[in-house]
Amino acid sequence: MRLRLEPRREASRAMLYGTPVLAVALTVLAGILIFSLMGYDGLAAIYQIFVAPIADPYRWQDLFVKAAPLITIALGLAIGFRANVWNIGAEGQYIVGALAGTGVALATWDMQGYWILPAMVAAGILGGLLWAAIPAFLKTRFNVNEILTSLMLTYVAVQLLYYLMRGPWRDPEGYGFPQTRLFSEWQTLPTVVQGTLVHLGVPVAFFLAIAVWIVLSRTVTGFQVRVVGLAPQAARYGGFSARGTVWLTLLTSGAFAGLAGIFEAAGPFQQMTPQFSVNYGFTAIIVAFLGRLHPLGIVLAGMVLAVSYVGGENAQTALGLPYAATGMFQAMMLFFLLAVDILVRYRLRVVVPADLSRPVEARHPPARQAETGAHVSSTPIDKQRESLSA
Amino acid sequence: MSRMNRRQILVGSAATLALPALIGRAAAQDGPLNVGFVYVGPIGDYGWSHAHDEARKKAQEHFGDKIKTNYVENVAEGPDAERVIRQLAQQGNKLIFTTSFGFMNPTIKVAKQFPDVHFEHATGYKTADNVGIYNARFYEGRAVIGTIAGMMSKSGKAGYVGSVPIPEVVRGINAFTLAAQKVNPDFTTQVVWVNSWYDPAKEADAAKALIDQGCDIISQHTDSPAPLQAAEQRGVYAFGQASNMIDFAPKAHLTAITDNWGPYYIDQIQKQLDGEWAPGNIWWGIEKGLVGIAPYNDIMPADVKEAADKVKNGIASGEIHPFAGPITDQSGEVKVPEGDTIPDEQLLGLDWYVKGVQS
Amino acid sequence: MTTAILISIIMTLVGAATPILLAALGELVVEKSGVLNLGLEGMMLIGAVTAFGVTFTTGSASLGLVAAMAAGAAASMIFAFLTLTLTANQVATGLALTIFGIGLSSLIGQNFVGRTVSGLEHIFPAALADDPIGRVVFGYSPLVYLSLVMTAFVAWFLTRSRAGLILRAIGESDEAAHSIGYSVIRVRYLAVAFGGAMAGLGGAYYSLVMTPMWADRLTAGRGWIALALVVFASWRPLRLLGGAYLFGAVMTLELHAKAAGINIVPPEFLAMLPYLATIVVLTLISIAPSGRRNAAPACLGKPFRATG
Repeated sequence: MRLRLEPRREASRAMLYGTPVLAVALTVLAGILIFSLMGYDGLAAIYQIFVAPIADPYRWQDLFVKAAPLITIALGLAIGFRANVWNIGAEGQYIVGALAGTGVALATWDMQGYWILPAMVAAGILGGLLWAAIPAFLKTRFNVNEILTSLMLTYVAVQLLYYLMRGPWRDPEGYGFPQTRLFSEWQTLPTVVQGTLVHLGVPVAFFLAIAVWIVLSRTVTGFQVRVVGLAPQAARYGGFSARGTVWLTLLTSGAFAGLAGIFEAAGPFQQMTPQFSVNYGFTAIIVAFLGRLHPLGIVLAGMVLAVSYVGGENAQTALGLPYAATGMFQAMMLFFLLAVDILVRYRLRVVVPADLSRPVEARHPPARQAETGAHVSSTPIDKQRESLSA
Repeated sequence: MSRMNRRQILVGSAATLALPALIGRAAAQDGPLNVGFVYVGPIGDYGWSHAHDEARKKAQEHFGDKIKTNYVENVAEGPDAERVIRQLAQQGNKLIFTTSFGFMNPTIKVAKQFPDVHFEHATGYKTADNVGIYNARFYEGRAVIGTIAGMMSKSGKAGYVGSVPIPEVVRGINAFTLAAQKVNPDFTTQVVWVNSWYDPAKEADAAKALIDQGCDIISQHTDSPAPLQAAEQRGVYAFGQASNMIDFAPKAHLTAITDNWGPYYIDQIQKQLDGEWAPGNIWWGIEKGLVGIAPYNDIMPADVKEAADKVKNGIASGEIHPFAGPITDQSGEVKVPEGDTIPDEQLLGLDWYVKGVQS
Repeated sequence: MTTAILISIIMTLVGAATPILLAALGELVVEKSGVLNLGLEGMMLIGAVTAFGVTFTTGSASLGLVAAMAAGAAASMIFAFLTLTLTANQVATGLALTIFGIGLSSLIGQNFVGRTVSGLEHIFPAALADDPIGRVVFGYSPLVYLSLVMTAFVAWFLTRSRAGLILRAIGESDEAAHSIGYSVIRVRYLAVAFGGAMAGLGGAYYSLVMTPMWADRLTAGRGWIALALVVFASWRPLRLLGGAYLFGAVMTLELHAKAAGINIVPPEFLAMLPYLATIVVLTLISIAPSGRRNAAPACLGKPFRATG
């Protein structure tokens, strides 16, 4: 006797919502075990990481500020992931967006006016969008794999950031330290809740989540994205352009990342520094998957990640738990989510081994996901495969 | 800045609103004094953050159960730092050391919200009523190893593995070269920038390239012992960085400039305990023990040890200034006439190289 | 002087290229089987810390190397189980593996910070490496020769061996390979394990040969360069060898130029070069009609599940 995975006829709704909870629960259990084995108080560690930040209202602003860029980037990525367009270079688009906005800020630093901040934000969006346009162009024109190009461009963007900080954009009054001058009052993002750090980027992230949700579930464009992702053949018969979808999704995700970048620069940073790149673009990929590529799930996932960051710092001060343990903890959370994800499309069955030898073709997950709104994370990269083998 | 920052106004009002709650939370504090530390790297970097954490441990040991030290490592410079510093302040740490230049603006911001908490920021230039700054005159140590380099080098050409050209590093390169030229007037220093504080493989390869170009002594201003190991493999001399690194290169390691933040931390914590803390602008060096020189390697001849000690003691007593004129820059222009020294304000923003530096 | 410098440059660039080559060889086999593992950096770090830890504890560098390969392979099995057995997304799993590796290696390495080991013994007698020409042939770490042997092996394996042909067939069309009775999942498991072991070996090069020590994030992002290299080499082992040495040459010559007092372009632009070159190569092989054959394995990154 052994366990066997058997495809479900329809994606399980219960599992769809249940698996993230299950993943978090498994992470908590594994965390308690591992931290205890390391000689720390496992329960206390979990309390510090997962509960303390939520239990303390003073921390909430930190959670929102930390989550906002993650949510914004992840929303853009999720649209692409649903269409099987794998932009993993959001970090680069985030950086270039912020740099473009910073360029405007530095050009206008001695000016005044309400137009400056919107101009910076527009430049930020455009910067991210253009950086994402490179893989989009290469993909649609030459069939170049966008996973690899977008990833490579991230490292190009990081070096561009270093170059500008150490060279042309260095603060002339900053004692030679590689960072720009502080942005002026006209160039900083206003806070929206008086007396907190919660800046404009936070409500915008939530607004975008709702907007993306509506677009994906209620409009033809959203339908196109989902159909191209799930059934490229059908999409072609239906008149949806695969190329158009690549452009649409890459530009959108690039624009979102660029927006997050300039918000982060003009908000919490109020300047540009070489330390601007803290892998939000990569973390957002995790957020997108943890949120099951669903806009509202992404909001939750972004908050969970923010909790684990803030909580990780709690655990360091309260228990001396090393930083590295938090990183492992986050990785484990994703491992568990990816692991239990299969329960959405398959059920566990106990079978006798004799049955196993019969090969039956069933490539595509048989579950219908198009109508569920939410979407499983491990869709085959069919379209990409087609383009690569063409 | 003359203009009032719109954001600062908001933050200011935030402080007034949030303050009662904060005091309520942080007030009831018996028992040990809580002292916070914020590190930019992991404490396992064996460089900058490691040295600060060693000092924290020394302070904890010194005061025993009178204090409790708390630290957060690997904190990104920027909003993350601001959050961590605020969190430490809120958790009841009464004295907080923020140990990287990039923590400057976050420290100043948080300090405004917590007027009762004292902050100490390393290597920056902004102060406030409750923010003191401290730095170490590492260039004094550079003058000592420069003296040794001048005497030990046969080719008269040193290789210098640089991180990024900020004033701190520029000062070190200049002090090193000037001291070596006191021994050997034709001494030159070839700098290779690796554009990173920490990239062991690249640091090692940079050291090898310098050795290939005829440098027979290696100095570094990066965090890892990699250049030292490269020197050991190639049979040339080198100096350790931040801590005594003799174990990594028993033959090559002549001595090291060590970061000893311990005395300063103990001093400031004592003042806090006595209720006498005041914001300072500290730039201590060899005299106060902040900058140390690791034990000399036995292969160093006695006269070299003696000369190095002479420079070290001279700097400690104030007789020797590493930046005493005459100093000419790379173009041959006399920047500092005989009898003058470079004043501290100029040292803080130093951005030119002395004659003999090739970068 | 010029010969001596030339030889030294060659030796340095070989040193810079070898760990990248080792890790990339593994990833090449993984990708040829149709799997994209972005967790290279994480596996290299786990390999690096394991190699150092075992060598430090037992005093045997050979044992350290074996342990590094085992640890890299073990880490890759997390990836394999999630992506192959449970058909999880490979991009997300690979990224998670990298985060995991950074954290785990840092935790394991806590006790080894500030320590050093004597590293690997050379295999050829020192006398052979006395004169410059001898040195450039016989003067390297054993891992350098191993990387050359492995390049030849992987090239032979993929083009000449039956198992290699099966592996490539699976990477090109898993469905077809499955229908004629090959075990897609088993072959991919083996490929991923091989990739993990080679990444572990590449990491070990840093902690045992290049800089015999452990410090957090010792590999400083080389895993991503190795990943770029596989694409740059358009999935061919011999081009991989050339590409690794080319990358190594760019990195080394930049430092040599600076050490000689020559500053041509800002270093940041040189640092972009490997990545830009990779994009260009990727585009070229996609354009060239003959290149299509050499392009990415058709099933790269695509999960496979046979039911029944």
